[in-house]
Amino acid sequence: MDGLDTKFYALADPTRRAILVRLAKGEATVNQLAQPFHMTQPAISQHLKVLEAAGLIDQRVDGTRRPRRLAKAGIKTMDQWLQMLRTALEKNYDRLDEVLATIDKPRKGVRK
Amino acid sequence: MSMTTTNKMKLKTEGDTHVVVTRHFAASPEAVYRAHTDPKLISQWLLGPEGWTMPVCINEARPGGKIRYEWTNGRGGGFFITGEYSELQPFSRIVHVERMHLPDPTPDNHIETTFEPDGDGTLMTMRMTLPDQKTRATMLATGMEHGMEASYVRLEELL
Repeated sequence: MDGLDTKFYALADPTRRAILVRLAKGEATVNQLAQPFHMTQPAISQHLKVLEAAGLIDQRVDGTRRPRRLAKAGIKTMDQWLQMLRTALEKNYDRLDEVLATIDKPRKGVRK
Repeated sequence: MSMTTTNKMKLKTEGDTHVVVTRHFAASPEAVYRAHTDPKLISQWLLGPEGWTMPVCINEARPGGKIRYEWTNGRGGGFFITGEYSELQPFSRIVHVERMHLPDPTPDNHIETTFEPDGDGTLMTMRMTLPDQKTRATMLATGMEHGMEASYVRLEELL
């Protein structure tokens, strides 16, 4: 699981998360991305650079166009990790409820 | 098992470097404390998603004692954490440090866990302190805040 730190850092910014959500709907050029976010091209490019360095997006060569798209491998690595953490915490505590129901039974009603 | 609102886990940030998790349990502080410090009990619940097991559970519940948990999904996936205890006050407070190995170790997470009587049960509060804002960003990016879950569900559909 290499580069997880870079990936999470890239995701700590709301604009970059929104860009990913946009790219999940399909590839887009810098121009197409700049419009809905009301940002200048250089500002968007800066965010794209961070996402690209993190392995979350890549570029496709299409003549003179360089549309950005999600880098499936990078997203998948992180997604697996995120999903595990997210569900892990909740599931753990639900499971702990059951363990406690077993071990706490003899003590019910007993005040120390 | 149905989950009531009062049992719902809460997660919030505090200042620049803290993450606080709270959860109510319908059991005594002693029982909840034991479930956090007895390897036989820990390995029954600290497992993560379905299908994961904890083949190694070392928990030396004394100041300076070591912690090592290893998890596997039985399909080649796995990771482990290591840590050390610094303070234990049965049955109300635990202070320890831990790091994940992925396999490179993450920055140390200092964790204070308290167990307070709360109605008929116990309120557990886990206060994590990360070394800096960037490291905490990593924690927050785990999708437990900011509506990240929705984004990821959408991303997932396309992968």
